[in-house]
Amino acid sequence: MAKAVLVDIPKCVGCGGCSVACKLWNELDWDPYGNMKTPKDTAEEPNNGLWPEEWTSINQYDLDKDGETVRRYVKTQCLHCEDPACASACFSKAIQKLPEGPVVYNQDLCVGCRYCMLACPFDMLRYEWQKAIPGIRKCQMCPTRVANNMEPACTSVCPTGALKFGERDELLAEAKAIIKENGYIDKVFGEEEVGGTSWLYISDTPFEEMRFRTDVTTRPLPSYTDKYMKATPIVGVGWAAVLAGLYVYNNKDKDPLD
Amino acid sequence: MEIITKKNRTRWQFKMTPARGIMLFLALAALAVVVVRLIFGLGATTNLNDQWPWGLWISFDVLLGVALAGGGYGVALVVYVLRRDRFYPIARTAMLTSLLGYVIVVLGLLIEVGQWFYFWKPFVSWGHASVLFEVFWCISMYTVIQFIEFGEIGTKKIFRGAHKYIKKAMPVLLIIGIALPTLHQSSLGELFYIMVGKVDPLWWSPLLPVFFLLSSFFVGAGMIIVESRLSERAVGHKVETSVFRGLAKISGGVMILYLILKIGDMAVRGTFANAFAFDLQSVLFLCEIVFGCLIPIIIAFSSLGKTRNGLLWFGILTVSGVVLNRFNVLFTGMGGYLNRFGGSYFPAWTEFIVSLGLVSMACLAYLFVVENFNVLGHKSDKAKKEEQVEIKIYPSTATYEQAGK
Repeated sequence: MAKAVLVDIPKCVGCGGCSVACKLWNELDWDPYGNMKTPKDTAEEPNNGLWPEEWTSINQYDLDKDGETVRRYVKTQCLHCEDPACASACFSKAIQKLPEGPVVYNQDLCVGCRYCMLACPFDMLRYEWQKAIPGIRKCQMCPTRVANNMEPACTSVCPTGALKFGERDELLAEAKAIIKENGYIDKVFGEEEVGGTSWLYISDTPFEEMRFRTDVTTRPLPSYTDKYMKATPIVGVGWAAVLAGLYVYNNKDKDPLD
Repeated sequence: MEIITKKNRTRWQFKMTPARGIMLFLALAALAVVVVRLIFGLGATTNLNDQWPWGLWISFDVLLGVALAGGGYGVALVVYVLRRDRFYPIARTAMLTSLLGYVIVVLGLLIEVGQWFYFWKPFVSWGHASVLFEVFWCISMYTVIQFIEFGEIGTKKIFRGAHKYIKKAMPVLLIIGIALPTLHQSSLGELFYIMVGKVDPLWWSPLLPVFFLLSSFFVGAGMIIVESRLSERAVGHKVETSVFRGLAKISGGVMILYLILKIGDMAVRGTFANAFAFDLQSVLFLCEIVFGCLIPIIIAFSSLGKTRNGLLWFGILTVSGVVLNRFNVLFTGMGGYLNRFGGSYFPAWTEFIVSLGLVSMACLAYLFVVENFNVLGHKSDKAKKEEQVEIKIYPSTATYEQAGK
C-alpha cells in the first residue's frame, strides 16, 4: 500500500533534526555553500531553501493569527505526487513513482534536459549546475528504507510528532480528525492537489502565506498530455497515409521532378 | 539531372570574405565556449538556475531553430506532394536550410543537456508518456531523413554509386520527412501544456500544438524570402518575385487561420482582458499578433506584396513575429511565475556567443554547400552551369564585400 507522511505544521518547533537525519542517511554535504542560513533566510530564498545538497529545508514564517504573531515552521521537500508530472515529463524514465509512494530519480538514465524541473507543480527539483556531470537532486523519500518497512530518516527522528509516517488513507483520516479537534484550516494540502501527493500538510495558518501553491489544479498533470501522446502515433501514421495518397494523385500524369 | 562531370576529380571551393571571416570567428569563439562548458559544466557558462532551468539555448536553438527550419517540410509538401511546380526553384534551398537548421539544433541540444554522453538514453529507455520523447524521436529521425534527402544532390558529386538508390527512395523519404516535422513542431508547443498555471494564459492553451504547428508552417515562407534575398547578395542566385509572392499568399492564408483560431481560443478562455491590459505581457503579445501576423497578412494580399521590398518586409516581420512568439512562450509567459519569489535570468555573454556561433556555422555550411553542390540552379545545362556559377560567384561576392564596408 502507498505510504505517506503527514506534516502537522503547528506541532513543528523547528529543531531541524529531520534535516540532519536526511543529511546523514543520504550522505549529503553539510554546508557546501559556506554560509549558515537561518530558517527565516531559507524561507525567503527563490528556491525555497532547497539546494542540490539540501533535500529538505525548514522554513520559518512569522504570521499574523487572531491579532498576534505566531511562528510556523514548514518542512519543505519533494511532495512525491501520486501521479507525478516530473515522471511523466521524463523522456528516458529517469524518474519513477514506486508503488510504496516515493518518487525516485536515477541518474544513469538521465539525459539532463531539465524538463522535469519545469513540469514539477511545486518547483522542488534542483540541478547540480556547478558540476561538469550534473544530475537532478531531490528528496527520494528514503526508498530503500520504505521498501523495508522502515520510515524515512526525517520522520524517524521527529521529536514532536509533527511528522507522521504511515498508510496514506489512514493518515488522511487522522489529519481530518486533527483539523476538527484543533480548529485548523479545513484543508489537507496534498489530498487532492495535482491528483494527490504522498506528503500531506495540515495547518492553522493559511497555506498561501507559507509559500504553498494553493492555486494548483486538482487534476493529475500527466492527464493533460496523455491523450495527446496516445493520439500521436495514430495521427502520424494517418497523416503519412494522406500524404502518400496526395503524392500519388498529384504525380499521376506529371513528369517526376528532377 | 544527370551526373555532373566525367572523369575530372571532385573540386571544392570556398571563398573567404570579411563577412565570412566574422562568422568564422564567431563559430570558433562558440567552440571555445563549448569546450569550457564540457569541462566545467553549465554553471560556468550559463546563467541558468533552479528557477530558470531552460534559457537562451533551449529557446533559441531548439524552439526557434526548429521553427525557422520549418520551411523545409512546408516546401516539400507544396512542391513534391501537392506538385505546385512553380515553387520548385526554391525547394532545394529551403530543404538545405532546414537540414542545416536541424544539425544546429541537434548540436545545440547536445551541449545544452547536462549528461550529453547519455543523449541516446531515450532510444533505449522509453519515457513514452513524455511529450519530449516524441520531440526527441521525431527530431533525430527527421535529421537523418534530411541527410538522406540531401544525399540525392550530394551523390551527384560524391559517392555517386548511391545516387540511384536514394532517387528511388525519395518519395518515401519525402512523405516521412513531412509527417515527422508535423508531429514534432506541434509537440514543441504541447511541451508547455503540462506546466499548468505556470505559463501566462495569453500563451498557455489547449491549442498550443496547433499554434506551434501553424506558425512553423507560415514562417517557412518568410524564412525562404529572407534567406533567398541574403544569398542573392552572397552567391548571386536570384529567385523570381512571383515565387515569393505565391509563397507569401500561402503563408498569409495560414496566418488568417492561425489568427481566427487565436481569437476563438481567447474568446473561449476569456483572455481578451489580459491581451488589452497593456502590461508587459499584453504589449509583447500584441506586438507578436500585429507585427508578426496582421501586417504580414495585409502585405501578402495587397499591392505591397507585389514588390520585392514589400515581400522582404513580409519575410522580416513574419520571422520576427515567430521569434517573438517563441521567446514569449518561455520568457514572457513564464517570467511572472518563475520570478515570483525573486528568481531571475538573463543570458550570460557566453550563452549569446554560442547561439551566434551556431548560426554562423549554419550560414558558413550553407554557403559552402551552395557553392559546391547543385542546389540553386536546377534547370541549367550541367557544364554551362558549372561555369556560370564560378563566374557569377566572384563578382557578386566582391560587390557584397564592398557593400559590407
